[in-house]
Amino acid sequence: MKPTDINDPEYFHKVVDCQYACPAHTPVPEYIRLIAQGKYTEAYMINWESNVFPGVLGRTCDRPCEPACRRVRVEEEPVAICRLKRVAADNKSNVKPFMPQGPFPSNSKKIALIGGGPASLTVARDLAPLGYEIHLYDEWESGGGMMRTQIPSFRLPLEVLNEEVNYILDMGIHTHFNHYVDSMAQILSKDYDAIFVGTGAPRGRQLDLPGYKEAQQHVQIGIEFLANVAFEHTEEIGKKVIVLGGGNTAMDCCRTSKRLGADHVYVVVRSPKADMKASPWEIDDAEREGINILNNLPPKAYVMENGKFIGMHFEHVQAVYDDNGKRKLIPTGEEDLFIEATDVILAIGQDNAFPWIERDLGLEFGKWNLPVLDRNTFQSTLPKVFFGGDAAFGPENVITAVAHGHQAAISIDLFCKGESLAKRPAPMTNLISQKMGIHEWTYDNHIADDLRYLVPHEDNEKALKDRKVEVELGFGKETGFKEAMRCLNCDVQTVFATNLCIECDACVDVCPTDCITFTENGEELELRERLNAPALNKSQDLYVSDILPTARVMVKDEDVCLHCGLCAERCPTAAWDMKKYLYNVTKSYEQDGAGVTI
Amino acid sequence: MSYIKPQFHHPELKKNKVGYYKTDYEGVISTLCAGCGHDSISSAIVHACYEISLEPHRLAKLSGIGCSSKTPAYFLSNSHGFNSVHGRMPSVATGAGLANRDLIYMGISGDGDTASIGMGQFVHAVRRNINMVYIVMNNGCYGLTKGQDSATADFGSISKSGSENPYTAIDLVGLALELNAGFVGRSFSGDKSQLVPMIKAALSHPGFAFIDVISPCVTFNNNQGSTKSYSYVRDHIEATSVLDFVPFEEEIKVDYEDGTSAELELFNGSKIVLSKISSHWDPRNKILAKKYLNESKENGQILTGLFYIDTETESFHKKLNTVTTPLNKLSKNDLCPGSSKLTDINKTFM
Repeated sequence: MKPTDINDPEYFHKVVDCQYACPAHTPVPEYIRLIAQGKYTEAYMINWESNVFPGVLGRTCDRPCEPACRRVRVEEEPVAICRLKRVAADNKSNVKPFMPQGPFPSNSKKIALIGGGPASLTVARDLAPLGYEIHLYDEWESGGGMMRTQIPSFRLPLEVLNEEVNYILDMGIHTHFNHYVDSMAQILSKDYDAIFVGTGAPRGRQLDLPGYKEAQQHVQIGIEFLANVAFEHTEEIGKKVIVLGGGNTAMDCCRTSKRLGADHVYVVVRSPKADMKASPWEIDDAEREGINILNNLPPKAYVMENGKFIGMHFEHVQAVYDDNGKRKLIPTGEEDLFIEATDVILAIGQDNAFPWIERDLGLEFGKWNLPVLDRNTFQSTLPKVFFGGDAAFGPENVITAVAHGHQAAISIDLFCKGESLAKRPAPMTNLISQKMGIHEWTYDNHIADDLRYLVPHEDNEKALKDRKVEVELGFGKETGFKEAMRCLNCDVQTVFATNLCIECDACVDVCPTDCITFTENGEELELRERLNAPALNKSQDLYVSDILPTARVMVKDEDVCLHCGLCAERCPTAAWDMKKYLYNVTKSYEQDGAGVTI
Repeated sequence: MSYIKPQFHHPELKKNKVGYYKTDYEGVISTLCAGCGHDSISSAIVHACYEISLEPHRLAKLSGIGCSSKTPAYFLSNSHGFNSVHGRMPSVATGAGLANRDLIYMGISGDGDTASIGMGQFVHAVRRNINMVYIVMNNGCYGLTKGQDSATADFGSISKSGSENPYTAIDLVGLALELNAGFVGRSFSGDKSQLVPMIKAALSHPGFAFIDVISPCVTFNNNQGSTKSYSYVRDHIEATSVLDFVPFEEEIKVDYEDGTSAELELFNGSKIVLSKISSHWDPRNKILAKKYLNESKENGQILTGLFYIDTETESFHKKLNTVTTPLNKLSKNDLCPGSSKLTDINKTFM
């Protein structure tokens, strides 16, 4: 193998698994350390800079970081990264002074943002400090998009959402609420220099089964139901509710129904439980509230009796997987199941819909009626129009929308300056030794054995009475500290200097997870087999040194390195050093002209 | 500075035949200097015991005083241990061995502990063929008292302070051969591929097994001009052969070329395979071993490997005709068989 190029900014970035997995690449270990130090405001600002909505995401994020956490590979449960973010948000002091302060000198460019969700708000935040005049359009009476309409208050209190939406709107954003944009041509005819579309995936799927016509008034679309509840247009529901679908929207719908007065709530899912799209913790929370989740039951018909809707029929199926893992639902032949109901809520998926964009503007649409976009720049075929969030590539999540927003903002800024959109700014990186003295580090390198701490919940009785009572109470400061100590500090990198090594084997002997081997060089696959502990996880890199005096190389398997620093402590010549790697995705307002061309 | 080892180990780590992980053979975190050769020897002992599936409670670690003698704290935390007086480890080993012949004894000593203050004890342990493994962590200096030349420092070797050693060195390997030790080897802390099988073989040897391990003192004897520094040893090391230890009932997996390998069976059925040896080398021939050793010394080489093994050695238990049961397991009836037995004995004098 060739010696590893640690100057490639992505090499050490990949070692920080959580940050690498995060669509916005938030520097997770950095803020977790600050939480452990009680520096909640600083921890919040690191988040805010990167993911814009720490309080919202600390409660509702899909957490792509957690399955990636190294702790999963050496212990079992990941660090509760998401809930630690909330600890920072809950305990911060006044953060406003640390944010860009308006009014910003104008650059006489005007931008329209269609839709007021996380993608648009991110674009607004990233562009406002540069002097853009930003106009934000949204059909609802306030901003936040799906964070407001689709996430119930018992998961995300309004105050938290309002606070973080307002940090952005207060930067001098011109808001046009209660304004449904029904024509792209009209927006194009105004003098905007660029337009960003962040309208989400607003169309919930219908389910036209036998009996639908008659039962129609008892059938609601999940996301519309949630929006109506959020804006207090819907305040009650029947006593017996069937929710169809196995995603997070289904979980929100069933739990909301329970709070609006339903006694019996069934979530009925076509597929087996293991295949459900909902996050496991959302399923747990629903079940904890006494909601029945029934699996392997595709709906068959809406049932009427004497002109009255009485429930639904479901077919029993069994999931069969072929050799490629493709699933087929095979009827078992059992008698259909009838579930009594007064209401049905459909949460079986969302689609993109752009009925308001005329098809003769030169803005092309492709597969699934999605706009044709450049994957990196988010530019559409109409150069001044950009897309982001669910509107770009279909339904994802808040953190992905934020990541899109950052990149779209960079594109819009380059576009308005007349520069090439392909010239993306390089990430800001920094690699600093953590050495304080002999065997002393600036980070806490002790590896905590603690198992993942559980977030306390509000009593069911109290929580189910009022839909605005937040269910999760969050970690207190003390538990937050203990959970933060579980972090392995993967951003503190083991950096090897070939020229200093005397090959004494001290690092090999002390490494608790047998990551380090001195051996003859070879091809990667073959080398992986003959290390001190075979490096079977190929998604993790091998760190290979230059040739040493004994003609061998140092090979370190990054997979289960604990970043405990013992290799560096036992190294007599400081050939190993522990260096903190900071990787920050450059935002539009942080550009200094340096960039990488894609 | 870290004082506690992380509890996590590599998820692919396998249990050995007796159900232990390699980590079960480790000790507390070392307080020796970073980069000390002794730590590598500790690690080699851990590997050897794990690989031959030794149950930790069957082994007793014995040591004297010095950096080397601290190391039993850093391996086999689940084994027995006795940290004795400077240079007196062989006496303790003799006593322990006589009292309980069921345990495996591993003596850890240094060049000071063996070649200076403990010399009088060492030679008698060899002569009596005490059933033990005797490892000398040999760094040629007194590391614990800031690196003065020890009795094994080579003539002319330059110390860290710049002075040349005016005395000739005691060659512990030569001495052990002279005193009829049944297992004599030398290795280097930086070469685990040689050291680990050698320790495994030594643990299976039924008498006194001596291993001299050159172990650079990274703080006081790793300077230019020292003959026991990492770089000097690497430049001058010469292995007699490649050593492989094959435990009883396991198959020899590697095919060795004819005429370049030798197979030695130990009393417990395990085998030592020596490969890449020159055709006229036989580790059962002591005269040859001495000859090679002297020649290499003349050539300025550091010869390593298994020099001599007596596969038919007579242990001191046999010499002394000791009772086969450990003393602590002898019952009152065994120890005091009663007056009729006494009468029987007395009759033999009449």
